Amino acid sequence: MNALVEIRDLAVTFGHGANEVQAVRGVSLDVAFGESFGIVGESGSGKSTVLRAICGLAPVTSGEIRIEGETLKKPRKRAFYREVQMVFQDPYASLHPRHTVDKVLSEPLAIHGFDDAEARIERALNDVGLGKGFRFRFPHQLSGGQRQRVAIARALILEPRILLLDEPTSALDASIQAEVLNLLDALRAERGLTYLLVSHDLAVVAHMCERLLVMQHGEVVEELSREALQNRAAQAEYTKDLLIASEGFKGI
Amino acid sequence: MTDMLQVEGLNVAFPSRDGPVRVVRDVSFTLGRERLGIVGESGSGKSQTGRAILGLTPPSGRVTAERLEFEGIDLRGAPASTWRSLRGRRMSMVMQDPKFSLNPVMTIGRQIVEAYRRRGTTTRADARAKTIDMLEAVQIRDPERVFAAYPHELSGGMGQRAMIAMMLIAEPDLLIADEPTSALDVTVQLDVLRILDDLVRSRGMGLIFISHDLRLVSSFCDRVLVMYAGRVVEEIVAKDLHAAKHPYTQGLLNCLPRIEGGQRPLQTLTRDAAWLE
Repeated sequence: MNALVEIRDLAVTFGHGANEVQAVRGVSLDVAFGESFGIVGESGSGKSTVLRAICGLAPVTSGEIRIEGETLKKPRKRAFYREVQMVFQDPYASLHPRHTVDKVLSEPLAIHGFDDAEARIERALNDVGLGKGFRFRFPHQLSGGQRQRVAIARALILEPRILLLDEPTSALDASIQAEVLNLLDALRAERGLTYLLVSHDLAVVAHMCERLLVMQHGEVVEELSREALQNRAAQAEYTKDLLIASEGFKGI
Repeated sequence: MTDMLQVEGLNVAFPSRDGPVRVVRDVSFTLGRERLGIVGESGSGKSQTGRAILGLTPPSGRVTAERLEFEGIDLRGAPASTWRSLRGRRMSMVMQDPKFSLNPVMTIGRQIVEAYRRRGTTTRADARAKTIDMLEAVQIRDPERVFAAYPHELSGGMGQRAMIAMMLIAEPDLLIADEPTSALDVTVQLDVLRILDDLVRSRGMGLIFISHDLRLVSSFCDRVLVMYAGRVVEEIVAKDLHAAKHPYTQGLLNCLPRIEGGQRPLQTLTRDAAWLE
């Protein structure tokens, strides 16, 4: 397999001594070019930490992360952030409350020295279905779904190849979730993006991703294809429990 | 079945610069010893409906109703003493966010003991033992540690379970649960639902379960009210949900992705101004 992102034996540890928490313990995965790869698990399973480690936002203690065969170094180079961008879970917390949409979108362009900011910002807003009218608004003047669209526009404005999506729809209503998932789906088809999507919702991952990894307590439980998930052909007990739980309440 | 709660023509409005905003409009329902679900998106007025029943509408809000009765007691304009005798002991509410609804400067144990001792006279040792039992009942693995912990020392899911333990320890007749499981992992969510289910079955508690998760509600509750913009657009027996008639209910069901796969792109909801009429 021709892998774009390769992770080998990744371990992340927070704290020292008695307060030491091993958030990720020896996780390995491969994501191919243009693939959408999901990570599922409960809170505290280390799924978000894997994404943060790729970005350089988590203290990696051992293991290796490679992009196109090249091992990432600390600190990440500027070029890395042109290739890899992240969308965070909570659109209420991830946008600066006193920056307008215009400022949010123009900052990455200035940092990376893009020209033609004017046209790029307008295009980015159009791509996420917001339009020019939203350009000079503040986050508090937007709904949750609109904010998440701004966060996606901010990630896409640098034309990255890899998008790291950390629970991109879990703070949104079901109908808005459908709109955002459709947008992400369409953008990937159009631009050949590679996604790493983290979610606690098996249905969202089954909808968005071709392959997925199930995590628990910082370790990999198993890797599944979408077909295996749909046929409920999980091997591990934990995955079976998750599948049962996702069906809702069944009495005793 | 006798109805413990009767609500007719409930309205809640908040003042704004452009005149009152009606967040709950003409909501009517009755509740027996059963599980009633209220489903809707954010801003649909489902939480405000629950709060109005307990008299917890913020002071700026105006609550009016043709009828609002709990076991024969008229709750409209009830004096503070009536509320004191009802809240906690006979009806209580599990709030959505444990971060804002637990007292940050009291240990979890003290808060639950306080709730328990308000019911009547017990010894301190008995209250403590009962509290530890209750914490165990909500699947907290290390109840002694949680008993002595402050809210900020617990995760969201633990806090939520402590909150549920506090509301259940007084064994109320009516429990209003506002998104009690949204902050929990799916597997823990089922544990909490099992506890609630058990209380409804064995003690004949009435439960109002407020949630945005239509599928979860339909699998757990007996009846479901679907709210849109402050109005009940559809009342339906939970197991007949797939046969829902209102386009909003259908839209909410269809926009959810399924593990089995299916439509791509997902259906989105087109809102119709006529639903407000």
